[in-house]
Amino acid sequence: MDTKKYVIKQISIFSENRPGRLASVAQALGEEKINILAFSIAEANGFGVIRALVDHPEEAYEKLSSLGYNVAFTDVIAVQMKDQPGGLFEIAKVLGDAEINIEYSYAYSGKTAAVLILRVDQVDDAIEKILSSGATLLEHSIFH
Amino acid sequence: MQFWDPRIEELSKADLQKMQYKLLKSLVCRLYSFSPFYHDRMKEQKVHPDDIKELADVTKLPFMFKRDLRDSYPNKIFTATQEELVRYHVSSGTTGKPTVVGYTQKDLDSWTTSLARGFTAIGLGRGDVIQVSYGYGLFTGGLGVHYGAERIGATVLPTSVGNTERQIELMQDLEVTAIACTPSYLLHIGEVAEKMGIDIKKDTHLKTGILGAEPWTEGMRTRMENWLGIRAYDIYGTSELSGPMFTECTEQNGFHVWSDIALVEVIDPKTGEQLESGEKGDLTLTMLQKEALPMIRYRIGDISSVDEDVCPCGRTSPRIKRIQGRVDDMLIIRGINVFPSQVEYALMSIPEVGQHFQIVVERTGALDDMLVKVELTKESFSDKITDLMQIQQKVEHRLRNALNVAVDVELVEPGSLPRFEGKSKKVIDKRSL
Repeated sequence: MDTKKYVIKQISIFSENRPGRLASVAQALGEEKINILAFSIAEANGFGVIRALVDHPEEAYEKLSSLGYNVAFTDVIAVQMKDQPGGLFEIAKVLGDAEINIEYSYAYSGKTAAVLILRVDQVDDAIEKILSSGATLLEHSIFH
Repeated sequence: MQFWDPRIEELSKADLQKMQYKLLKSLVCRLYSFSPFYHDRMKEQKVHPDDIKELADVTKLPFMFKRDLRDSYPNKIFTATQEELVRYHVSSGTTGKPTVVGYTQKDLDSWTTSLARGFTAIGLGRGDVIQVSYGYGLFTGGLGVHYGAERIGATVLPTSVGNTERQIELMQDLEVTAIACTPSYLLHIGEVAEKMGIDIKKDTHLKTGILGAEPWTEGMRTRMENWLGIRAYDIYGTSELSGPMFTECTEQNGFHVWSDIALVEVIDPKTGEQLESGEKGDLTLTMLQKEALPMIRYRIGDISSVDEDVCPCGRTSPRIKRIQGRVDDMLIIRGINVFPSQVEYALMSIPEVGQHFQIVVERTGALDDMLVKVELTKESFSDKITDLMQIQQKVEHRLRNALNVAVDVELVEPGSLPRFEGKSKKVIDKRSL
């Protein structure tokens, strides 16, 4: 199965945990007319990682790197969820039953349905299991 | 007024200088013959033992610096054989290599004697219970004070550092009359005691503090004396000299430097010239009797001045005034010497972080907190928080091992730390003494 089309390039940005860092990142992306489709912030002791799905990841990478940011691409997948009770359970159960670990995840309420962004340890397996369970994965072409 | 060695402590200035000249002359002769290090140094300086004809000729002798000790790691300058050594202490050096100090039995005896005189001069003796809350081990504070306190016949309570609540309980139960520790640790003890509902002034027998291993001020003295109901005395020394060596007397006006043990000079750090009594400069000591690790004109790097006048207590030896700072960038964190170069050295072995760093020192309550900011390299950036935290912990662990002091590490963005041309300012010390 061609799983590649379901693999989405997320950009991850290292950021110190202090006021103004997110504004600085968002401003840089705005200036380049890059749209942020989904994002989350993970924080630890004194620092954080900003994770974002954007419409033009390469340009975002270039721009932020040129400003001195530590930026990396990470492969994630996006699952369309039923925006109703039990929606998350269905997806989580499929992955749990297949012994696939979720490293982190965040969600957004999309135009037509809720979308769950997942970073898993076995991307290809996860794609196959989710598709065969009947759930819908968003293709990367939707994002960029 | 009590004296431990009145013969030496009250010796007239003239006799004292005669004695020092004899000791210096025999030291120089011995080292010229037996120490390759000092022999070479004296040759370089074109000085021969025959040139030392009076005490003032000490200025003809070469200086010795901390870097000489570093370069001689572990024992190249020792003039005692391993069989003659009875102890080692180890302190931090300016790079990854520490400084090893070896002691013969005579070295320990003269260290102990020096402290016995000092403790007697602040009124301690038989019947006193002295709690030693300096660290025991490689650090010289604990064991040094311990032997000095035993020598004067006091009862020693060797608590070392830490477990503060238990220290306070023991202080009460065993009727401790004096405590030896860093001034910041005594402040901490005071704060913890208050939380426990114990008023050190009313609920304990504590009368005396022997406080050192880090610089403190008259303001802190007044505060501690009023708050804790004690007399607070400063104690001075460095591991190279043996350890904590010289204390104030009840006049609380300078450390008595016993003339049979050390010859003290103050040197202008810029010109290397000897300064007059009362002028501020780099404290420089010649240890007149040390056997294992001799010290001629050792430039300690502490800034102070010397008072040559006879002390109102009757002691004739010169007094070193309160330490006012450092010639170099050495920091003292919880009584431990830390050089920024040690941090740099430790970071070089950690590829995940760059070579740039910044040290921020703060005092939270009574204790020093040291934060080291390091830049995460591009290659080691991971999207996973746990990977980043592992890097953070690795750096903390390495620094802790290198410095012997707990350090918090903050990962910062690459290029975000200030860059300096020439002399960099890598330390932000927010402590107000």
